[in-house]
Amino acid sequence: MKNYETVIGLEVHVELATKTKIFCGCTTQFGGPPNTHCCPVCTGMPGTLPVLNRRVVEFAVAAGLATGCEITGNCRFDRKNYFYPDLPKAYQISQLYLPICRNGGIEIETEQGAKRIGIHEIHMEEDAGKLVHDPQEDCTLVDYNRCGVPLIEIVSDPDMRSAGEAVAYLEKLRLILQYLGVSDCRMQEGSLRADINLSVREAGSTQLGTRTEMKNMNSFRAIARAVEGERKRQIEVLESGGRIVQETRRWDDGRNTSFAMRSKEEAQDYRYFPEPDLVPVVISEDWLREIKAREPELRDAKMLRYEKEYGIPAYDAAILTGSKRLADIFEETAALCGNPKEASNWLMVEALRLLREAGQEPEELALEPAKLAALIRLVEAGTVNRTTAKEVFEKIFREQVDPEVYIKENGLAMVQDDGLLRETVLRVIDANPQSAADFLGGKEKALGFLVGQTMKVLRGKGNPERVNALLREALGQRTAES
Amino acid sequence: MKLTGLTAVELGRRIKSGEIGVREAVEAQLDAISAKEDKYHCYITVLREEALARADEVQKGIREGRYTSPLAGVPVAVKDNICMRGVRTTCASKMLEEFRPPYSAAVVEKLEAAGTVILGKTNMDEFAMGSTTETSFFGETKNPWDITRVPGGSSGGAAAAVAAGEAFAALGSDTGGSIRQPSAFCGVTGIKPTYGTVSRYGLIAYASSLDQIGPIARNVEDCAALLELIAGRDERDSTSVTREGPAFGSALSGGVRGMRIGIPRGYFSGGLDAEVKDAVLAAAGVLQEQGAEVEESELEAVDYAIPAYYVIASAEAGSNLSRYDGVKYGYRAPGCGGLQEVYKKTRSEGFGEEVRRRMLIGAFVLSSGYYDAYYGKAMKVREVIRQGFDRAFERYDMLLGPTAPTTAPKLGASLGDPLKMYLGDIYTVAVNLAGLPAISLPCGRDRAGLPIGLQLIGRPFGERELIRAARSFEQTRQWRLPAAGCISDGRGGAAEREAV
Repeated sequence: MKNYETVIGLEVHVELATKTKIFCGCTTQFGGPPNTHCCPVCTGMPGTLPVLNRRVVEFAVAAGLATGCEITGNCRFDRKNYFYPDLPKAYQISQLYLPICRNGGIEIETEQGAKRIGIHEIHMEEDAGKLVHDPQEDCTLVDYNRCGVPLIEIVSDPDMRSAGEAVAYLEKLRLILQYLGVSDCRMQEGSLRADINLSVREAGSTQLGTRTEMKNMNSFRAIARAVEGERKRQIEVLESGGRIVQETRRWDDGRNTSFAMRSKEEAQDYRYFPEPDLVPVVISEDWLREIKAREPELRDAKMLRYEKEYGIPAYDAAILTGSKRLADIFEETAALCGNPKEASNWLMVEALRLLREAGQEPEELALEPAKLAALIRLVEAGTVNRTTAKEVFEKIFREQVDPEVYIKENGLAMVQDDGLLRETVLRVIDANPQSAADFLGGKEKALGFLVGQTMKVLRGKGNPERVNALLREALGQRTAES
Repeated sequence: MKLTGLTAVELGRRIKSGEIGVREAVEAQLDAISAKEDKYHCYITVLREEALARADEVQKGIREGRYTSPLAGVPVAVKDNICMRGVRTTCASKMLEEFRPPYSAAVVEKLEAAGTVILGKTNMDEFAMGSTTETSFFGETKNPWDITRVPGGSSGGAAAAVAAGEAFAALGSDTGGSIRQPSAFCGVTGIKPTYGTVSRYGLIAYASSLDQIGPIARNVEDCAALLELIAGRDERDSTSVTREGPAFGSALSGGVRGMRIGIPRGYFSGGLDAEVKDAVLAAAGVLQEQGAEVEESELEAVDYAIPAYYVIASAEAGSNLSRYDGVKYGYRAPGCGGLQEVYKKTRSEGFGEEVRRRMLIGAFVLSSGYYDAYYGKAMKVREVIRQGFDRAFERYDMLLGPTAPTTAPKLGASLGDPLKMYLGDIYTVAVNLAGLPAISLPCGRDRAGLPIGLQLIGRPFGERELIRAARSFEQTRQWRLPAAGCISDGRGGAAEREAV
């Protein structure tokens, strides 16, 4: 078999986190009963006109600046014409001729080292609606809630050579976009979607092979599998003397295979032309500066700050900032409980462990900072001990329980009643005369056993330090008495 | 004088003074409509009950000082491609036969805020595509000067309604001459404003980069008053502009002394009818007598305007009209098996021949491999045309010429030869391509007694100059409309001479 090189380019669609849609005032909120987040404009009723949401431009520019792109000072929208019931105007307002950002790139790190992946362009466009099949009525219904939700499409250069590089690029891109606050980038909700353009060629060749476009991957892992699968498929075709057909394919992650959707010959002619209902978008130097000035703290700066301001070790700071979600939860928790180190410890140890067990990404962490902060304060106040707190944390992680309520309802608070503690300690000493004697005879270890026995009687709800102190006190008295 | 013979501004004055009641005016107008509609068919929908109810409300509003515009209480008509909340808005198409928009166009809101009473929705060519009003799904409108002839188009219903005394004034829309040409054919006055002057929100699009709403009325003063009501920047239309001095109503006086008027040489060759030519040149002579500096001028790329216009307008129309697919509203062909069939049958049955023709042209000129040769080239020509006008306006304040090469043709004479029909737009389309303002006003009649239109083309935002010059010319004639009776501006002082 010949030696092949894989050439990968990615087209990433990102839903922008604006409050309202790109061309009207409707909410962009995910969900909602069908056709409740729409109006005459986003459903393309006759006579209505689009009005550009300035925030969309600002978000697109922010994404462009953070990925080293040139910003097109005078960009324009174009119409992409095609018929489909989820597209009410029968054209999508997009950008073809003059996209808002061009010629950028980002650095990725893989085991092979650092590498720059070029970004060919970023353009703005509107999302389409959703078709829903009603099995009862055996008909297809249209939900226009997503119509007009703003998207940017980030088109990379064909610079990636492996699944690892593709995933590293996507992870880096996602982190940048999340830090910018321009998108939450949730693949499950479809706020980040990536299509793979892939071709293979003999190693050393400078000519690009015929490429295919792969759609329908809903996780980074699926993207890695799809790259691998398509690479193998193309090599097999070539090795068996066949030719690669330029086509769009659909990835079936369950079966780990892909199917041809349509070939180039069947591709639609979108009849693009400049959108006459919108004026060119002029991005002045002042506006550009304003957007740049508003750029939030990005990852590297955050990492340094965690080390300097909070005294978090560099390794932990890197992990915490490696996910915008984790960093957000950390900062909020730290602010609420005033104890960044504790906040970091809980997240680094317990949260990451539970996520791993559940096979989830840090981005999926559903932990309310207020609840974690409350738990940290309860530990500090001695209301619960660490062992119990871990149990409570798991409950917060899994069931979003309120720690205070949960502790109260399940009687997990430590016994604070000194009288009861004393009584228990005395009973334990009486019940274990040998251990008491051992301790008094100089065997420090025997105290540990007595502490354990006391905690057992208290069903774990004793403050170990206090129990320890009371035992010493009681045993000391025994000596005095005898 | 009969009430319906008054100009809109004069009626507004008399309503304000209490001499005439709003209900009285509306009833008189509805009576005229009842008496004449069978003959002319200017309206697709007459809002009889609504207009009467509105009349009482407006009367009350005028009394309470809520409506103070010069046209408060005046009944007006609106072309049926302009949306009105809850009212059938058809674009004269089977496709939208029962379409009732849940919103009003910006201009309708403005008419309502000004206290006018909307009488109904006027007939037009289907989706404003046509020059005769014969492509209407609801049947043709007839020219009040001669009912065997077309009223022009596409705002034929609006122009005919004004000419026939079925409306004091009306709103039309002009994409390639659709206000000016029917105004010329019907002997009334119409203004196509500078692109961006009037909000297009709620105007059902034909070609977005060319469409403008404008007034059609019996004289310049009425047009100016109506234009002033509807002009203005609208947040909902990104292409609308904030402009200086939209006080068109006050632009009437001052005459033309010192104005420089160019007559493009290229406008007076080819298929121009001799009688039209004579009447237009005579009008130029009148303006010269009044003190304007009139001379022949150059205007580049005149011959390329029609092909460029039909390529661009059809491309935009093809895209704009794609939304009528039977999925959401409007007509859906019955008994379709699948999605492709719904699209195909709905659009084949719902649109008329002329609309289908332009959509096919539009799809073709934008298709991959042909874009540069057609759409791309047309956009370049559009730029050349714009520059040609710019150069002309370095020397002249306005350009003068005919509105149309002929007077109104016979019914049925145009549709059989669409190419010939398109050539009739020679004097009007370039104005839309360049986004300029222009006015058409009567300047005489041919031997058959049919009105001839004079067109004045202004520089961008030059409406005030156009209005002043048109008004100056208008005062030299006493105009007689066939069905509305003698039109007087109510001030006297008009010269007794009837043009031609």
